[in-house]
Amino acid sequence: MNMQQAIKMTAAETALVDAYTAQIGDLPGDGSVLSVRDTLVHELKTAGLPTRRVESWHYTDLRTLLRAVPAADPAAFADRVEALVAGATVLAVRNGNADLKSHAPEGVTIRSYTDSLLDGSAAAGLAVLGSDDAIGRINGGLVRGGLELAIADGTELEDPLEIQLVQSLGQAHTRFPVSFGANTKATVIERHLSTNSAESLVSSVSDITVGEGADITWIILQQQGAADTHLGQIRFDLAKDAKLHLFLINAGGKLVRQEIHGKTSGEGADFKLRGINLLGGESHTDVTFTLGHNVPHTTSTEIIRNVVFDRAKGVFQGKILVAKDAQKTDAKMACNTLLLSDDADLSAKPELEIFADDVQCGHGATVADIDHTQLFYLMARGIPENKARAMLVNAFVAEIVEELDDEPLVEALESVISAWLEKHA
Amino acid sequence: MLQIKNLHARIAEDGTEIIRGLNLTVKAGEVAAIMGPNGSGKSTLSYILSGREDYEVTEGEILYNGENILELEASERAAKGIFLAFQYPVEIPGVATMQFLKVAMNEQRKYRGEDELTTPEFMRRVKEAAAELKIAPEMLRRPLNVGFSGGEKKRAEILQMALLEPKLCVLDETDSGLDIDALKIVADGVNALRSPDRAVIVITHYQRLLDYIVPDTVHVLYKGQVIKSGDKTLAHELEANGYADIIEAAA
Ligand SMILES: Nc1ncnc2c1ncn2[C@@H]1O[C@H](COP(=O)(O)OP(=O)(O)O)[C@@H](O)[C@H]1O
Ligand SMILES: [Mg+2]
Repeated sequence: MNMQQAIKMTAAETALVDAYTAQIGDLPGDGSVLSVRDTLVHELKTAGLPTRRVESWHYTDLRTLLRAVPAADPAAFADRVEALVAGATVLAVRNGNADLKSHAPEGVTIRSYTDSLLDGSAAAGLAVLGSDDAIGRINGGLVRGGLELAIADGTELEDPLEIQLVQSLGQAHTRFPVSFGANTKATVIERHLSTNSAESLVSSVSDITVGEGADITWIILQQQGAADTHLGQIRFDLAKDAKLHLFLINAGGKLVRQEIHGKTSGEGADFKLRGINLLGGESHTDVTFTLGHNVPHTTSTEIIRNVVFDRAKGVFQGKILVAKDAQKTDAKMACNTLLLSDDADLSAKPELEIFADDVQCGHGATVADIDHTQLFYLMARGIPENKARAMLVNAFVAEIVEELDDEPLVEALESVISAWLEKHA
Repeated sequence: MLQIKNLHARIAEDGTEIIRGLNLTVKAGEVAAIMGPNGSGKSTLSYILSGREDYEVTEGEILYNGENILELEASERAAKGIFLAFQYPVEIPGVATMQFLKVAMNEQRKYRGEDELTTPEFMRRVKEAAAELKIAPEMLRRPLNVGFSGGEKKRAEILQMALLEPKLCVLDETDSGLDIDALKIVADGVNALRSPDRAVIVITHYQRLLDYIVPDTVHVLYKGQVIKSGDKTLAHELEANGYADIIEAAA
């Protein structure tokens, strides 16, 4: 203990702890919640932010990379933007404060997460996933609000639900426990945006349970500003025959860590991860994924496509764990990267840990430059080099967007991608 | 229209010389056939004409309508009217065929200072040209060349040529992998483009295609040089006797 306390805290660590101390008495929570918060912040103080010596943070030394933490500004204002796709129900969260005015579609119950903190029902969910869960720790210590959604059994939502998190500056820490009932069908868009170029730090944890036979598409679209730190985490648990298609696009931020931690708890569960990382400038973006295939007969496929320009650095860590009883697991993970500058960098670490003996599992990682034969073919048809390159980069990621099979959504995401590429390529 | 003078070129990566003092002249309105054994440099020549950067020209020049084109990018050459139908058309997953056609046509128009095509006009042109070449609309809905059979790829090349209306068409073994019906369709497509202000270079091994696209001149390429030129009877001669005599005579 003494040894650890002797370590000098970094500016960021100090700022996070100070943010907590300054809000004591004001942070929502009953006795049980406050005691969890105390523990988390105490751990943050003693263990500090993770360094490269912590295995799961090896490529993202948060202690070094997180130089400063902007102070929260309660007076700051952030305006909501139009929905990503027409017809979506927008649930806005502005600078961490959830609007509760939205009219919920039939079958959907919306509750303020702040209320769950206040009545203590949120306490159990605040537990960290492990000693290396820095995001869970920061978020659990400082979270003020968010939304708790419950989708009733059998509900089929025609239009997406868009959780729209707009941040202007300062800090925000939010949570979104979402339970999808049995045989529900829905698309949820978790969208993180910055309204200006001022520095901000956002931590956000989504905690979802997918009921029996449900078929859910969850999109995370991260478009923070070039000065922003984004610490995201999504946890999921899939019941029998539940399907979750998780689609992640990182197209912003300066320091980004998006964690995805899930497990299959019922036979027949199927998980699909599709990730697109558009990385440019001096940004650092880390996608860390763990999936426990915990019961027999569950399937998953993961495809990550990285496009890395400039001096950007990308990280993908993917770990699939197949439990001893989880026979007939079928899991395939691929991470493909286009490195578009000499200074761009990507570290990929796909891993399988298999304790069952009758499974089909595989993983692969590739890194390449633009295919010169393809580039020549396009140019030989009169398409100038810049445009031809942009088409090829776009093609590299477009393939997996099209899998979404929802025309307006595909179009909206394609335009996000082409707008990004136009700015960076 | 095209004048190639004492062209020497090598593979940029390892410096191997492939084209070794090649001379060739093709006039507007002419159909020239280039024949020659495998590995003699026919495809390499077509790539150098269209501006592929994997090759380095070390000597000589290529004049297209009097202009030295060696410094031009592939896309500029295309916009000026040079078209290569690839021996091996390239598959590009993730690029929709229709989008590709539209971008290519409009980029060329932009380069030449012409207005872009409206979408209905574009659609009309594609539909018409595809019908002529018996290309099914389903094929155009797929990503570029992906999942196309060998014959479909070759027909798609001719479709692009018909839509882009080039001035100098280079067909690199467009006949290989085609059955006789497809060969006729492709030949009709090429013949439809024949005009006094256009030239066609047909690279082939076989007389078969030349029965349908009758050449004005025939050139034998061997080890990076044109070793013999003649009229269409030269192709028949090659068909009957092979290359050995000509190669020997040139040595
Ligand atoms: N990019 C390249 N890299 C390596 N070898 C090449 C390359 N391009 C051409 N060659 C070689 O140059 C020679 C001529 O090839 P090519 O032009 O394809 O002949 P042809 O089309 O007449 O059959 C062959 O020996 C071929 O292997
Ligand atoms: Mg060839």
